[in-house]
Amino acid sequence: MAERGAPPQVPALRRKALHAVRSFFSPLLPDDYLELINPLWSTRELRGRIERIDKETSEAVTVLIRPGFEWTGHQPGQYLRIGVVVDGVHHWRAYSLTSEPGRPDGCISITPKLVDTGKVSPYFVHGARPGDVVRLGGVEGTFVLPDPAPRKLLMISAGSGITPIMSMLRSLHRSDSVGDVVHLHSARTADAVIFAELLGEIENAHEGYDLRLRITGEQGRVAAEDLDELCPDWRERHAFLSGPAAMLDAMVERWERDGDPQLLHMERFQPLIGGEPGEGEGGVVRFAKSGVEARCDSGTPILVGGEEAGATLPFGCRMGICHTCVGRLCKGEVRDLRTGQVHGSEGEMIRTCVNAPEGSIEIAL
Amino acid sequence: MNATTAEVASPLAHLSADQLDQLADELDEIRDRVFADLGERDRRYIESMIAMQRRLAVMGRVLLLAARYRPAQIAGTAALSMAKILENMEIGHNVLHGQWDWMNDPQINSSTWDWDTASTSEAWKHSHNYVHHTFTNILGKDKDLGYEIMRIDPQQKWHPVYLLQPFYNLLLMSFFEWGVALHDLDFEAIRTGKKSKAQVKRELAGIREKAKSQVVKDYIAWPLLSGLATTAFDAALDARRGGRRRGGLAGVLKRALGGGGESFRAAAAGDASANIARNVWSYAIIFCGHFPDQTYTFKPSEVENESRGGWYVRQLTGAANIEGSPLFHVASGNLGYQVEHHLFPDLPSTRYAEIAPQVKQVCERYGLPYNSGPFAQQLGMVQRTILRLAFPGGEQRAKPGPYRGEDHPAL
Repeated sequence: MAERGAPPQVPALRRKALHAVRSFFSPLLPDDYLELINPLWSTRELRGRIERIDKETSEAVTVLIRPGFEWTGHQPGQYLRIGVVVDGVHHWRAYSLTSEPGRPDGCISITPKLVDTGKVSPYFVHGARPGDVVRLGGVEGTFVLPDPAPRKLLMISAGSGITPIMSMLRSLHRSDSVGDVVHLHSARTADAVIFAELLGEIENAHEGYDLRLRITGEQGRVAAEDLDELCPDWRERHAFLSGPAAMLDAMVERWERDGDPQLLHMERFQPLIGGEPGEGEGGVVRFAKSGVEARCDSGTPILVGGEEAGATLPFGCRMGICHTCVGRLCKGEVRDLRTGQVHGSEGEMIRTCVNAPEGSIEIAL
Repeated sequence: MNATTAEVASPLAHLSADQLDQLADELDEIRDRVFADLGERDRRYIESMIAMQRRLAVMGRVLLLAARYRPAQIAGTAALSMAKILENMEIGHNVLHGQWDWMNDPQINSSTWDWDTASTSEAWKHSHNYVHHTFTNILGKDKDLGYEIMRIDPQQKWHPVYLLQPFYNLLLMSFFEWGVALHDLDFEAIRTGKKSKAQVKRELAGIREKAKSQVVKDYIAWPLLSGLATTAFDAALDARRGGRRRGGLAGVLKRALGGGGESFRAAAAGDASANIARNVWSYAIIFCGHFPDQTYTFKPSEVENESRGGWYVRQLTGAANIEGSPLFHVASGNLGYQVEHHLFPDLPSTRYAEIAPQVKQVCERYGLPYNSGPFAQQLGMVQRTILRLAFPGGEQRAKPGPYRGEDHPAL
């Protein structure tokens, strides 16, 4: 089944009224008719209307969205699954919420950065217009600012990894609880710094916020060894890391060696699944419903191989989160492309977006 | 008496295995080209079709609130009939075929869609998408070939019960959706024990649920609303005209309820007519898809070890198109392109008209028939067959030769 938005918070009276008249509309729902007037009125899935699109850099925009029903809230640092229609097809992606919880206007925002080969980010950066309707899925993620926030914080971000950090900073800024925050942020060029203006504003407003901007194109990347110089008391701080895998790996190693890993919180960028041939042998997938057969090499997810072979398959996040793409394994074993682990027994539900076949397999899709 | 039937040469006898493979590749290519091109324009089409259908339904229902006035009843019934036809044909049938699954839309999707008929989408998808579209026109295997109650091919053995066929043909026409729902149960599978009792029970419960919701909606809820609206309207009018002096409030209400009852009955009659109109229309379109004289049927022995090319030829020759205007094709869910639909059942219906010339070209090059005819002619042939084959005997009608282009009529 195709992924849909999260169930919205519909006032009980409205829900009861809609339920009472549903016999008039069966097999459809009153929703199906109300949506003709306003698509935001759907009580089946939460939708939102794009209010404003602000350019952050030449490649990143902040999209302000007004949810159709009251926003259920999120914790600073969490991400949102969002569904948009591109070329007639629904696509779902996860983006960090860049707005702080409890905005007075009830809106939320995300800040996508253009991925040239992507489907969804080009839509947000170039195609989207105020008034467009998007679907709002679940809010997820454990990379969050504790409540109450620790006084001494160290934020390390790079590129668009700043997005979850921004929600944290905004939250501290709004509640005026910026204690002692050191923020090491890296960007390739000065023009590529997302939220530059806002960061400056926060810096002016709070003495305890210390932004150390690193332009990696000129000064090189921040290395784990630079910590002692950039933030000598880093061991005492709750650290929040968000950026590319190489940076995270180096930092984790440093904390494990010299610091207290308990104080380290981090968000890995969305893993890119597939594309590179990895370990394993790949194999042939037979899709039982369509009869399509697809050859996948060791780095190709079942989903991608199937689509290339012409099968129409359910898909969602393409990163192993949403379980939209699951199919029952009838035969064979698969390799999890994120962990390299081979698994699979008959009847197991397999996420086709993050698993490659290991030998011949059959899947009930 | 023994029914002797002239043997009809298999339409693919003149093709070698290699040619059949090549044919399959060419048809696959047509399909792949369309699938690669699907996008925003297709999505806009189905979304606006669904929106229009729903507006039409609302219009019909609102007009029927005033059903006791003849013009409102007629206009309301017409709008509702059209809405029900579109809902079943261009929308329901095609969505349930998975034609729009590529959009990854959570609602316009074969796994979540439900339609306004007596068949549950689950049962119908099995009997139609799987059984009928896989075993198309194979005698004894395609249960849609006469729906297990009719003799529409001379190779089917005659039985005295078929004498009643012209009569129950009319019944089936009027109550088609109920016939299809019962047909989905697959009586042969029940008789031979292929289907478990538990499953039969579950499917019957499904039909009961669908029946209940249709009866409640069309024969209770909406007519009642129509009756109440009329009663309220009449009572208000009567009271304003000083009706309370004639029998007080009770008199006003009594007179108004009379009008309300009239409206209830008129609205229910409108709903019933719309259901029957939808049934007759879908019956006509669907019967014209496979039962006109031009179509071929196959014995199980003929399709043993059938290749993909052979499967394509069976789909091609087992179906017949209906010629008509664009409006006709929309109202028939593009099943006037039955040939294209059977070749590519999950291709969005709007694309059938586009690929028809390519399919014709393939037919011309491979010396295959491309069955087609005007609606009245096709429906006439079907009815003639139903009448003739009610009696013993009957012969295969002449089949059209290979398609030779627009200038050379096939028959």
